[in-house]
Amino acid sequence: MSTVAASAAPRPLALGRARWVGFKTIIIREFHRIIRIWSQTILPSAVTATLYFVIFGSVIGQRIGSMGGFGYMTYIAPGLIMQAVINNSYTNVVSSFFGAKFGKHIEELLVSPLPSWLIVSGYVAGGVLRGAIVGLVVTAVALFFTHLPVEHPLIITAAAVLTSVTFSLGGFLNAMFAKNFDQVSIIPTFLLAPLTYLGGVFYSISRLPGWAQHLSLVDPILYMVNAFRFGFLGVSDVGVGEAFAIMLIAVAGLYSAAVVLMERGAGIRE
Amino acid sequence: MNALSVRGLTKTYRNGVQALKGIDLSVEQGDFFALLGPNGAGKTTLIGIVTSLVRKSGGEASIFGYDIDRELEAAKSCIGVVPQEINFNLFETPETIVVNQAGFYGIPRPVARERAQKYLKQLQLWDKRNHASRGLSGGMKRRLMIARALMHEPRLLILDEPTAGVDIEIRRSMWDFLREINRNGTTIILTTHYLEEAETLCRNIAIIDGGRIIERDRMSNLLRRLHTETLVLTLTQPLAQAPRLERYPARLTDEHTLEVEVSKDQNLNDLFARLSALGIEVLSLRNKVNRLEEIFMRLVERGAAA
Repeated sequence: MSTVAASAAPRPLALGRARWVGFKTIIIREFHRIIRIWSQTILPSAVTATLYFVIFGSVIGQRIGSMGGFGYMTYIAPGLIMQAVINNSYTNVVSSFFGAKFGKHIEELLVSPLPSWLIVSGYVAGGVLRGAIVGLVVTAVALFFTHLPVEHPLIITAAAVLTSVTFSLGGFLNAMFAKNFDQVSIIPTFLLAPLTYLGGVFYSISRLPGWAQHLSLVDPILYMVNAFRFGFLGVSDVGVGEAFAIMLIAVAGLYSAAVVLMERGAGIRE
Repeated sequence: MNALSVRGLTKTYRNGVQALKGIDLSVEQGDFFALLGPNGAGKTTLIGIVTSLVRKSGGEASIFGYDIDRELEAAKSCIGVVPQEINFNLFETPETIVVNQAGFYGIPRPVARERAQKYLKQLQLWDKRNHASRGLSGGMKRRLMIARALMHEPRLLILDEPTAGVDIEIRRSMWDFLREINRNGTTIILTTHYLEEAETLCRNIAIIDGGRIIERDRMSNLLRRLHTETLVLTLTQPLAQAPRLERYPARLTDEHTLEVEVSKDQNLNDLFARLSALGIEVLSLRNKVNRLEEIFMRLVERGAAA
């Protein structure tokens, strides 16, 4: 063991550049994690999507006929892609952040000079990255089964990104409050899954009775799925402007909550 | 300039435990400083507050003049910390861990890779750079945390029991390494349960107990204050009971081992003359504990009795 040079004088950080390097580092670390455990992060969604297309698309879908003016398989494809984006964005952040909390390596970030908002942003970017990777994989699977028109590419991108950010933030908040692995899986199982399945992934709410249609309108995922579907097919059960307003409000509210809680150190600082 | 300065620092945990009861402490730039205390004394809480892992209840703290309330980012960028518990991702490789840590401090990746090579080599971990860190031995994991803490070349290095569970050979090489870092200008604050380590490495010392600093002095001054030492004598012939040695309290721990208290104003020739007069032959002689340990125990026991 030999010499180490220590910085002799205070070096004020070139803040913007240093923060950018820190932000990129969190994303690179998240990307490596996604790739390192690809059989847990990428593969399951591809397998599930294939099963959905085979069962709901080919087997049952042919009996359902058209929906919204499209074949059933084409109609459900955007919803299935969005379902994968939602689940993977959420799961990535909740498992990565809770894992870091549980394994104590969150302290690597907490002792660093990175501000709370940047740490939240880095984890959210990791969730969006996994949502995008898995979303593209499920899109590729969908294209094996059906033709998928693209009416409004910008709306597709904006809806996917805002939805992914929303659920990444949801995963972050879940991880902050979770004290054990059970609490990590409660929200996806008992809240996210029902809201997704009842959020118009597999059907148009116009097929439901009036009271069920009204009830569906309180499900935020309905707006996200329909905005995304509108980008591909040009059809939606809800107003697209309304859908984007809800997504923007969700992002702003959840991001503020996450940063405030991170700043207070809820669940991570004593 | 002070590397660390804390005034009136208090911490009460949510369960009501008052871990710090108004700590005042300063550590000068360039010092090699020992922070000692029994388990639960408040050492780790103090380090936690300085490194922002624990929220203080009251008081002030600054690092190289940067107040942790007003200039937290600047203060944090000056500190490298080696915690007591392993706190890196066990599924990542040593190289990834240290390069990422540099990134969190704004060090660009090409520079971080160069430094990773430098520090992993210096800490004898370069051959293991691409192995999953969960497979490293306990000593390697501790050295990896030191390498990680040095990646942004901090001005203040805080080591919370860095050699716990490390074998003596590696511990001594780590001592050499830390001495060299300190010689090159890095201020070091060390907590340890190996008092020999503190005595060997540190120039100044504070002893914390029950959330208060009960002693703060130069190491040499503190050691000079030790008035009595306990000598352990191994005897050639067994004894049935402890001999009566006037002015030298003695007790027999087994039939071949005699412990004798000797104060500074007494000399060993006199002790040995008395032993010879009683026909007791001494085979070997050693100090019961090292000098710092003796002082430490007395201070802490006095604190507990108060």
